[in-house]
Amino acid sequence: MGMPTVVPQQRFERETYLNKEYGIWSWLLTTDHKRIALLYLISITFFFFIGGFFALLIRLELLTPAGDLVQADTYNKLFTQHGMVMVFFFLIPSIPATLGNFLVPMMVGAKDLAFPRINLLSWYLYIIGGIIMLHCMLTGGVDTGWTFYVPFSSNFTNTKFVEAGIAIFIAGFSSILTGLNFVVTIHRMRAPGMTWSRLPLFIWAHYATSIIQLLGTPVVAITIVLVACERALHLGIFDPKLGGDPVLFQHLFWFYSHPAVYIMILPAMGVVTEIIPCFSRKRIFGYQFVALSSIAIAVFGFLVWAHHMFVAGISVYSALVFSFLSYAVALPSAIKVFNWTATLYKGSIRYDAPMLYAFGFLGLFTIGGLSGLFLAALGINVHVTDTYFVVAHFHYIMVGGAVMGYLGGMHFWWPKISGKLYPEGWARLAALIVFIGFNLTFFPQFVLGYLGMPRRYYDYSHMPEFQVLNVLSTAGATVLGVGYLLPMVYFLWSMRYGKPASDNPWNAAGLEWKTASPPPTFNFDEEPVVTWEAYNYDELDAPPQAQEVTVA
Amino acid sequence: MAESAASGHSKSSPLKLYFGVWATLLVLTFVTYRVAYLELGPFNSVVALVIASIKATLVALFFMHVWHASEKLTKLVIVAALFFLLLLLGLTMADYATRTWS
Repeated sequence: MGMPTVVPQQRFERETYLNKEYGIWSWLLTTDHKRIALLYLISITFFFFIGGFFALLIRLELLTPAGDLVQADTYNKLFTQHGMVMVFFFLIPSIPATLGNFLVPMMVGAKDLAFPRINLLSWYLYIIGGIIMLHCMLTGGVDTGWTFYVPFSSNFTNTKFVEAGIAIFIAGFSSILTGLNFVVTIHRMRAPGMTWSRLPLFIWAHYATSIIQLLGTPVVAITIVLVACERALHLGIFDPKLGGDPVLFQHLFWFYSHPAVYIMILPAMGVVTEIIPCFSRKRIFGYQFVALSSIAIAVFGFLVWAHHMFVAGISVYSALVFSFLSYAVALPSAIKVFNWTATLYKGSIRYDAPMLYAFGFLGLFTIGGLSGLFLAALGINVHVTDTYFVVAHFHYIMVGGAVMGYLGGMHFWWPKISGKLYPEGWARLAALIVFIGFNLTFFPQFVLGYLGMPRRYYDYSHMPEFQVLNVLSTAGATVLGVGYLLPMVYFLWSMRYGKPASDNPWNAAGLEWKTASPPPTFNFDEEPVVTWEAYNYDELDAPPQAQEVTVA
Repeated sequence: MAESAASGHSKSSPLKLYFGVWATLLVLTFVTYRVAYLELGPFNSVVALVIASIKATLVALFFMHVWHASEKLTKLVIVAALFFLLLLLGLTMADYATRTWS
């Protein structure tokens, strides 16, 4: 039960994207979207563990109320670098640049992305940005917080803000280029018969993500340039003494950085929308609503940014409007959650590892989203601003949501990517450990924040009653760390020792499962023609075959 | 993709036009510079921004080939970009405009 079908025979040397060429240059100069996806996979995993290392140090410092592990300045740098690395070098590229890169062309039935060389360029820009960020961290780091608010970043900090800004600026362009490639590919490269209403919802989610990447990222890039200009040339943009306005920075910054959260979560929603129908053996409930809610999230996402600024001195009337709009963005998210749940209803549910992650996503994203509504309410927002409540909320979205989706997707498509099966038992165990570790880490932070523990404090010895919850959180972080290491170990193990995967081990719908595992360089031996609707699980399961059913 | 892009732009604009646009941009830059020395009060910024917008439009229309674009996608991108720019400016200015309301 549950284990995917194994095809041990006939793995003769078929040409795939993995064995077509060998050698370092065949990877570094490749224009194959699948190989570029793997380059991204390796790079973001590297940065994930760097960001995780900073997180571990933060949690260790908070194990005791006294500031005894690192000094205050070092602590400021730790949470800054944790945020910058995780947001700009892991979360934003995570699903789009790896799974998206690998799957978007295959799912629409194309040979590659529209601009393969620009795709490679985007990886190089990411790497250049990453190297500058690494250099910045190794030679002192930044202490502005990942949001680098003025006037601290423009007038006061003596850490390496400009260098970090350049790193983020360059990495931003890699994100823009990925978005550009996806938009053009989805518009222009769909196989015959692959109409918009037959596209997998993973594609709709990536289309919405690309819109944000294209329209939002330039704004944060310009904002960085403006801060640098003010710092270096004393142009009056944000400094009132020079005729500027510091709150303008926050407007510009959050115009990108709020939608950036949707760059992280929309692709994860796309992943979950592929997994749930497959492991419930049902067509997705309300295809059009799920598709259009992705677009609605992308558009509404641009209308809510000032809810990050309720205590920054913005106009009360403006705050009211932004509060209302922030509630509005919950609607399309709720539509998705209800439609996933409705898809599960009366489905033949299987509890394989990808589905466990999808379930984890469903619960954690809902908690994260609902706590977001608390924060959208003006009164509560003022009460919990800059407390651990906010930290818990956005980690439920970014880690509980985006990373759960990412891991679920990695498990779901691993047989396609590597041609090997991962060990299912270990994978389920890891999913469980991640879920428990995550909640143990971040749920206490909701309570801490509501009780008034401020974020970004390295020393809370004046409120020692917060220690119990902080110890729970730190303990959870170590469990979570184990949960994240496990998949890396068994994925690597399975590349060498894993059982060969069949072309469609999950018996899933979708064009990517109709080609070989791993796929040939140009994805399909002949151009596919699509004559069926997406998620046609009723048709897939129709022929009389030994279909196992597990009762939920 | 390459060949379709090439055929799409086969009626590419003559060099004369490009130099004309370039000259116009230079003239407008000079106008910006001269106007900055006139005392127009708040209208100094308005004039500078209007000229800058005209220049940006010229660049988009001719150097970025929007004038001849037959592609619907190109038009979609431009409309979307302008719409979101409007959101950025509009909602930000809404904050500044209403701060002093009692």
